[in-house]
Amino acid sequence: MDFKKNFTKGFFKDNPVFVLGLGLCATLAVTTNMINALGMGAATTFVLIGSSVLVSALKKVTPNDIRIPIFVVMIATFVTIVDLSMKAWFPALSSSLGIFIPLIVVNCIILGRAEAYAFKNSIWNSAVDALGMGIGFTIALSLMSGFREIIGSGTFFGFPLFGSGYKGPLMMILPPGGFLMLGLILAFINWNSLRKSNKNGGVK
Amino acid sequence: MNITHFVMIAIGSIFLNNFVLSRFLGICPFVGVSKKLDSAVGMGMAVIFVMTLASFVTYLVYYYILVPFHLEYLNTIAFILTIAALVQFIEMFMKKNMPALYSALGIFLPLITTNCAVLGVAILNIDSVWADGTHYTFIESIWNGFTGGVGFTIALVIMAGIREKLEFADLPESMKGLPIAFVTSALIAMAFLGFSGMKIM
Repeated sequence: MDFKKNFTKGFFKDNPVFVLGLGLCATLAVTTNMINALGMGAATTFVLIGSSVLVSALKKVTPNDIRIPIFVVMIATFVTIVDLSMKAWFPALSSSLGIFIPLIVVNCIILGRAEAYAFKNSIWNSAVDALGMGIGFTIALSLMSGFREIIGSGTFFGFPLFGSGYKGPLMMILPPGGFLMLGLILAFINWNSLRKSNKNGGVK
Repeated sequence: MNITHFVMIAIGSIFLNNFVLSRFLGICPFVGVSKKLDSAVGMGMAVIFVMTLASFVTYLVYYYILVPFHLEYLNTIAFILTIAALVQFIEMFMKKNMPALYSALGIFLPLITTNCAVLGVAILNIDSVWADGTHYTFIESIWNGFTGGVGFTIALVIMAGIREKLEFADLPESMKGLPIAFVTSALIAMAFLGFSGMKIM
């Protein structure tokens, strides 16, 4: 697979959230505003790159039978680095993401990429794949939180868009809004791919 | 022993801050195993079991291993390893000694290691503080794990019941499958949001 394809496949074609259905907990929980979304995206991307490179570098010496526990320890190491760094330098962001920073450990995207890609490919390719997937995850988070923040609180990155008197449906930034937005985005993606396959003379 | 704490934890983790519908922990099994009522009940029981035991073990690991050695910052690594080992141990123990229970819950156990609700409850037990600044006690942590699992099971069973009926609904092509599942969850979550008006104490 050439470089560009490997890098960009995670953006839309194999988007980890919308197409592969991974990492849904974080996607629903932290997407109440754009700052949280970008913070979470950056933290996950860092862990993803670090663990993919390490898994790929050590794939020759990793015993096949106990590879999953080894991957989990590697991932947990990077998550601890991110957790402590965020607490030190971005305390406000760290407290608003809260428990979801340590929970990056159980985000299926990371273990999934380690198992499905990094364990079989070279270090350079794994790093590119991880960066692409991390950006795809960030795109998904930004899309969700962009809609939720604009509709729910009438702001974008904290700046008011519709004047100070805007009273949006508060529900969009509460838990139900997360489920609703994800459902609608997935429905749109389905609708779009059905439309394309109909246009190409597919079924119907 | 403080009875009001127990009532607050139970109502809190079943209704007010339901693990799935309000804290967003354990979404993958919530979506993946909610197609049939039977398997939803099985998964729910397995989660209750593992969350209770995980609260038990991680509390001991934190307060009797990590705190004395001043290694609190390693809690993520320690907890995930403890949970993985615990799930593996439960699986082996059940297979040998309780074959009937194993055949009912066995297939759900490997999925539980990566369930964020289990690691989530372990971290919440350590992080949560009462109004007077004290942390959860040992018994309160176990109770939080158990009631959290009950809350998860209630959400999962409601969802599975609705999705079984949805199979026969006449939906637009693009809403079938996951999209309608999430819209349904939004409606259930809205219903649970009604509980947050409740004031305890």
